Amino acid sequence: MFLTEKHELIRKLAREFAEKELTSDILDQVEATGEFPEEIFQKMAKAGFFGIKVPKELGGSGADHRAYVIVMEEIAKVSGVASIYISSPNSLSGGPLLLDGTDEQKEKYLTPIVTGEKKLCFALTEPGAGSDAGGMTTTAVKDGDYYILNGRKTFITMAPLSDYAVIYAKTDVTKKTRGISAFIVDMKLPGVSCGKPEDKMGVIGCATSDIILENVRVHKSDLLGAEGEGFINAMKTLDVGRIGVAAQSIGLAQGALDEAIKYAKERKQFGRRIGDFQGISFMLADMATKLEAAKLLTYQAAYLKDMNKSATKEASMAKYYASEACNEICAKALQIHGGYGFIKDYKIERMYRDCRVFTIYEGTSQVQQMVISGQLLKK
Amino acid sequence: MAVRVINEKCKGCSICIKNCPFDAITMVNKIAVIGQACTGCGVCAEKCPFHAIEKVEEDKAHIDLSQYKGVWVFAEQRNNKIMPVAIELLGEGRKLADQIGTELCAIVCGSNIESLTEELFAYGADKVYTADYPELATYTTDGYTKVIFEAIEKYKPEIVLLGATHIGRDLGPSLAVKANTGLTADCTKLEIDPVDKKIKQTRPAFGGNLMATIVCPNHRPQMSTVRPGVMEKAIYNPSHKGEVVKLDVQFHEGDIRTKVIEVIKTLHDAVSLTDAEVIVSGGRGLGNAEGFELLKELADKLGGTIAASRASVDAGWIDHSYQVGQTGTTVKPKIYFACGISGAIQHIAGMKDSGCIIAINKNDTAPIFDVADIGIVGDLYQIIPAIIEELDKQEA
Amino acid sequence: MKIIVCVKQVPDTNEVKIDPVKGTLIREGVPSILNPDDANALEAALKIKDEYDDTTVDVITMGPPQAKSMLRECLAMGADSAYLLSDRAFGGADTCATSTTIAAGIANMGNVDIIFAGRQAIDGDTAQVGPQVAQRLNLPVVTYVQEVEIKDGKCMVQRQLEDGYELIEVQTPCLLTCVKELNQPRYMTVSGIVDAYEKEITVWNHEDVKLDPKDCGLNASPTQVFRSFTPDAKGKGEMIPAGNPSEIASTLVGKLKAKHII
Repeated sequence: MFLTEKHELIRKLAREFAEKELTSDILDQVEATGEFPEEIFQKMAKAGFFGIKVPKELGGSGADHRAYVIVMEEIAKVSGVASIYISSPNSLSGGPLLLDGTDEQKEKYLTPIVTGEKKLCFALTEPGAGSDAGGMTTTAVKDGDYYILNGRKTFITMAPLSDYAVIYAKTDVTKKTRGISAFIVDMKLPGVSCGKPEDKMGVIGCATSDIILENVRVHKSDLLGAEGEGFINAMKTLDVGRIGVAAQSIGLAQGALDEAIKYAKERKQFGRRIGDFQGISFMLADMATKLEAAKLLTYQAAYLKDMNKSATKEASMAKYYASEACNEICAKALQIHGGYGFIKDYKIERMYRDCRVFTIYEGTSQVQQMVISGQLLKK
Repeated sequence: MAVRVINEKCKGCSICIKNCPFDAITMVNKIAVIGQACTGCGVCAEKCPFHAIEKVEEDKAHIDLSQYKGVWVFAEQRNNKIMPVAIELLGEGRKLADQIGTELCAIVCGSNIESLTEELFAYGADKVYTADYPELATYTTDGYTKVIFEAIEKYKPEIVLLGATHIGRDLGPSLAVKANTGLTADCTKLEIDPVDKKIKQTRPAFGGNLMATIVCPNHRPQMSTVRPGVMEKAIYNPSHKGEVVKLDVQFHEGDIRTKVIEVIKTLHDAVSLTDAEVIVSGGRGLGNAEGFELLKELADKLGGTIAASRASVDAGWIDHSYQVGQTGTTVKPKIYFACGISGAIQHIAGMKDSGCIIAINKNDTAPIFDVADIGIVGDLYQIIPAIIEELDKQEA
Repeated sequence: MKIIVCVKQVPDTNEVKIDPVKGTLIREGVPSILNPDDANALEAALKIKDEYDDTTVDVITMGPPQAKSMLRECLAMGADSAYLLSDRAFGGADTCATSTTIAAGIANMGNVDIIFAGRQAIDGDTAQVGPQVAQRLNLPVVTYVQEVEIKDGKCMVQRQLEDGYELIEVQTPCLLTCVKELNQPRYMTVSGIVDAYEKEITVWNHEDVKLDPKDCGLNASPTQVFRSFTPDAKGKGEMIPAGNPSEIASTLVGKLKAKHII
């Protein structure tokens, strides 16, 4: 309904890529070492997965939000963590630059992240400011041609791997959100350091850590957008980001449903396939139905974006519903696997852990409910 | 032959669409329409419950088929040694020639190949056409095509058989175009129609999912390449003699447009599990790591590789890279020997699509027998050596 | 350099299953794909394009209008333009007639330096159309190519044999058929897909390539399918009765031989 033949061909590309490159052996290795192979990262860049919506002049692919959703979906179906490497340049890292970057900034920072030469992370969250970004305490004080940044960012995906970070900091501490500005910070600048990578429950293979800023001197040419516009930049970025998490959710949920169906057909108990028992078959029916609803919400949000229509509410609905549905589907898929689902030999164990963060990051389900209800009640 | 829909009889049930192997039929206004992808195979005509599809014979400009006589076998030689498939073709060619009531001929190209003619007679050829020229010392498409095409023009065989080797599958198509006739590739069965004495060639298509019998009614010669190892070898009879016909060939500058610089022999690399056509897999029933040596012997015999179930990997008898199953590799070989493997769902998930599953297990209630094509209840340490011995016997 | 690649859209025969009850092919849900060997042929051409400036790579196929989707894939991998030979008159062609049509299409595309084709298509597995096209265009051909190198306007190729390979020098223009060992086909790219949908695919019928309908399709096919059938359905496995090991072994080997498995 929302997708064209072109989108389906992009799906084919992403699916082939996932099947051939993200093999069980590779994924087990990622899980064991906590490291994602650079070779596959580079192959993803070459296939054009990092700049799906970025214009061709900047090294991107010149496609649309639906194309982004499809790539995310197909990759997440096989590997949650691999999809994070794709979402980052397309959404959280590339987004702020695409929105407010000058031509020089785009060329200097966006093009290399699209081609896979550099990595960039998005640093908004702080220990004391999660859902409430306005409460951040990181500061940026002007000093001639420089800003001096101080503060601590937390749960920053890919921070230890990144060459650059988009850091949100207050240039005016007297204001709440209106005092926030965005900066592009070179991670090698004096005073920038990363905390110890977090020992996470899932999506292992993409290090997450704190970023500590101690008197970091950032040149004014690396101020992203105008002073005080940082919060809007972050919120607009997250708007697209939510569609990305929704896409991850429907992809991973599809993967879990496929595993559950396969297992229900193979496993025999009491002399018949467990899928022939109504208890199991009805679970599958529910899973498939919810997944379909989640898909339509996600495609719709992407479609509205492609039509240049407002999609704040729809993107939140998609993220909220798809991530919750994904968790439910994975839990049921694991249940269908019985004892085998509880051991790491079966894919579902990893999927169950990987999807847990989907209802949390880039705005918890409760924040999404706030956004949705806020949209409903405004005016 | 083609198929035609009889519109008045078609009910629009779409059974033909479901059965068409080539996806060539569509439904337009509830009437089947045969599309471009149709090969005239006739499956639809057979399946139509309303007899609404018929096969139609088309009139062709007939050439005088009666001029063409004799069954020819391309006696492929490499390094002046006759390839085994040529001997198989002589065996099959003999049967075909006898059924038609014609002579069996071999055609051989090369340089200094005189000594081969006696051997070809001994394998049943009544006549051997030889082209003995330095230009033919190594195979080239141009050189061999020129020689054999000229011979076909002159001596007009009714059937030409080639081995489906890398050379036969190169030469056959070029010859067929030159001779303006049909060629059926990789045949596994050849029969002579008892009535019209024409050849029926059966070959697998669709990755072996479909068999097709092909005819070449109005063109001569009728040409086939035949898979090596399928036909029975001719019996060697040194007293059988025949006639040698030397082919007179003039080579001109530019006749042979490729130059073979070097022929390099390489040893076969070890087969990977996913590419292996034969897998001999061992489970807990092996009892120890040494058991895999026996499996390896059988695997080598069949040009395959060994594999393992999770139980034997967990026991430390073999490396994880050999594991077939949910947590190992998924395989689809032509033959899968499951030796001492009980058949846990884990394992079956990784091998159930194999072409032919042969299970050997002491326990006759092992679940592996539910998925096996051939089941053997017994001690693998007795059965496998016996199989190896039997294969040796067959080779000899 | 001007390179043409012959490609074919085929059903993914790995996905084809046999209805265990009716013994018929289940076509439903079987995806159509770019023939695997043809992907290697296209990759060989694209590699030359990567290396030599002023190289164009065009793809050509014969098939129904649906084959356009496969041509788009070829464009998305990096081909410059795509040609589809499509006409009811081409229908029912055997390899002999197919080669006539494709040769006519290639002749209609002007001069060419190298034509690449896959060794064989997985739906028919005949390996005939490539060499036959070469024969009709009167070009030298090398089949089973596992390595290609361009040297002083000539091709140095390795031709795969069962137990090794030949090193062959061939003049251009020529036709080479490729095996999977030649290379690893590249992925499409997202931007390639975007571009592919901005390009026109040229569609030619028999008049466009100056062919008489009696010289193509079913009318020009010397071979005909007399009958097609599915091989004996797998059915439930059989047990070899217990006995002494050598008897069991001989029964087993006999069965495998009878089924042409060994």
